[in-house]
Amino acid sequence: MWKVVYERLRQGHRTHAYPRLAPTLPARFRGRPELRAEACADCAGSCAAACPVQALQCGAVPVMDLGRCLFCGACARACPAQAITFGPDFRLAASARADLQVSSGQPPHALQPLDAVRRRLYGRSFKLRQVSAGGCNACEADANVLSTLAFDMGRFGISFVASPRHADALLVTGPVTRNMREALLKTYDALAEPKVVIASGACAIDGGPYHGGEEVEAGGVAALIPVDLFVPGCPPHPWTLLDGMLRLLGVVG
Amino acid sequence: MSEVPWLWVENGVAAELTSLASVELKTFSAALAETTLRRLALMVIPGDGGVLRLLGLVADEGRGLVGLLSTEVAERYPSLTPSCPDLHLFERELWESWGLMPEGHPWLKAVRYPQRRHSGAAQVMPVAGTLAPWQVQGEGVHEVAVGPVHAGVIEPGHFRFQCHGEEVFHLEIALGYQHRGVERWMLEASRPRQMHFMETVAGDTSIGHATAHALVMEGLGGHEISPRASVLRGLALELERMANHTGDLGALAADVGFLPTSSFCGRLRGDLLNATAMLCGNRFGRGMVNVGGVGWDLDAAALAELQRHLRGVWRDIEGAVHLLLDTPSVLARFEGCGVLSQAQALQLGCVGPTARASGLRRDVRKHFPAGVWRDCYHSPAFQVRGDVLARAQVRWQELEKSWYYCQRWLEELPEGERVVAAAPGSRPRALCVGLVEGWRGEIVHVGVSNAAGGWAAYKVIDPSFRNWSALAMVMRGTEISDFPLCNKSFNLSYCGFDL
Repeated sequence: MWKVVYERLRQGHRTHAYPRLAPTLPARFRGRPELRAEACADCAGSCAAACPVQALQCGAVPVMDLGRCLFCGACARACPAQAITFGPDFRLAASARADLQVSSGQPPHALQPLDAVRRRLYGRSFKLRQVSAGGCNACEADANVLSTLAFDMGRFGISFVASPRHADALLVTGPVTRNMREALLKTYDALAEPKVVIASGACAIDGGPYHGGEEVEAGGVAALIPVDLFVPGCPPHPWTLLDGMLRLLGVVG
Repeated sequence: MSEVPWLWVENGVAAELTSLASVELKTFSAALAETTLRRLALMVIPGDGGVLRLLGLVADEGRGLVGLLSTEVAERYPSLTPSCPDLHLFERELWESWGLMPEGHPWLKAVRYPQRRHSGAAQVMPVAGTLAPWQVQGEGVHEVAVGPVHAGVIEPGHFRFQCHGEEVFHLEIALGYQHRGVERWMLEASRPRQMHFMETVAGDTSIGHATAHALVMEGLGGHEISPRASVLRGLALELERMANHTGDLGALAADVGFLPTSSFCGRLRGDLLNATAMLCGNRFGRGMVNVGGVGWDLDAAALAELQRHLRGVWRDIEGAVHLLLDTPSVLARFEGCGVLSQAQALQLGCVGPTARASGLRRDVRKHFPAGVWRDCYHSPAFQVRGDVLARAQVRWQELEKSWYYCQRWLEELPEGERVVAAAPGSRPRALCVGLVEGWRGEIVHVGVSNAAGGWAAYKVIDPSFRNWSALAMVMRGTEISDFPLCNKSFNLSYCGFDL
């Protein structure tokens, strides 16, 4: 026992002071992209051509779909004029699919919190049931990590529960494989009303790398059940997911 | 028996397709059944005019070579599984996705329930998990069904236990829920997109699968990456191993209610993922491995920062794991639980820490060294008891070795280009085998290029494909309450299996 106490004292308190302090992210982290149309050279769309999942439309101005983006940075590397940069902003979640379209000089859309009734209902207890529907275990792992002491989402009253019957929200990851469609719908049905659905990761939003595949449902989770929160990333950084949920619940602005 | 005309290749070195011998089916079957070498894979290369060629691979660990042999097959062939149980899933896979009937297969069931065959033909598959399970009948016998949606934050799979009271007679594991059609799609997808498939075959093994794919691509392109790129790849691979092994030890601690290590390791796993993010901006190493090199280099400042970060993390890992392996009640719970005998591990063809905990010293880093491992003698960690404790101890020994390598590489990072100049194009009508020791074990990629330089076939074998059967075997005769702990001690991938 003394060894445990000693080690506990030595390792100390390690929970991050978020949201009081902004999280520290590595220098190479690729967050919200910035598109500068004014710098855009007439290069016949090298950025759009470099994107492996067609997340970028190159018309008069480039428009990026954050819901599809894998944040691989291929477009930024391909652009001869450095008109695309991935910044440090990890706050990427949106309450509407359309809000994930990013174009030049446009500020991020505000995330619409849940209505006052539902916010009061969830109060300081927001229970999540996670379903992986073809996820590669990266989104799952970086959702699970929110329960560790580094993030400790329990302090906001958010936690994962074992049964959909006990859950307020369904956190879905993966492109929804055909083989998981039924299990996902059954789990959704098992949640009591009112229910919240969170689509976390590029796959869950719109198929991610598997967009358009024969073995996955077209259009991600939202094509099957109504989604309240879209969390972009491949996988989303844990802070991105936590920030999205906290803004949805109105805990942070 | 006359000399078998195996084609011998090294890890990551391409060979002409014409040098691959095609023998009579009988000779092929006998060669695979009678070999003393480890069978690596059984797969199909579609030939011209709809002819299917079966390709068998064996691993000669002593010489560091992979042997390949092929035969033409029609719709059916005598199953190899009765004499080679390690091929049971490979034959089921060929039956399901190519329509090849292995006559006499004792357990011919669906593997992944794909909507389409490899030929592109649609097929009507039952919903995953609905095939009748094997059942035990009798007084007091009952079934326990778990999944596909589990209690934790975990991927989907269905487990069906046949029990008598607490005792498990048999566990059937039905997967396929995660099937995304990776292998078939590889044949049609653009090259950059292929890398994203590889990075998400099993998202926690992004570096492992991306490296195996890069080995195949570079082999076919005839490209040699720089020493620096090769060390950076090795570093990323070992960081991936350290993160997952640390997480696993924490999860094992959680499953026996030893919360200090569970809490420490949950955080420390994240700190190791953050180290990977310091390398390439992504906690899972996405974008780190490129064909021809690596996506990111380390400058002096980044290198120093990474070293400082890792030193602090390592000190805490040591503290956390020593607590775990120094607590008698934990050891008592781990010891003798979920025993996989060496004979079983051999029969099932197990790989990775699972095999090494049962006394099989199989490790790609030692036997099939490529990249940084060519200049680095690796002595695989191993244990002999095959229980949960052995699997935990192997993980700890591997963590220590990985940390040693990481330190050494960061101190002596060689010079070299981040990526070699030209993007490699594939040599037409050739094949290449890429082997990588991922944190779960041996990752095998086999690429066969067609006349146009695209893929005629691309095979991905995640270590989980071989090891899931071992989990089912160790449950026999144990108590069902041991399942969570046993399962955690293997920690296999669902999507790596389902592709």
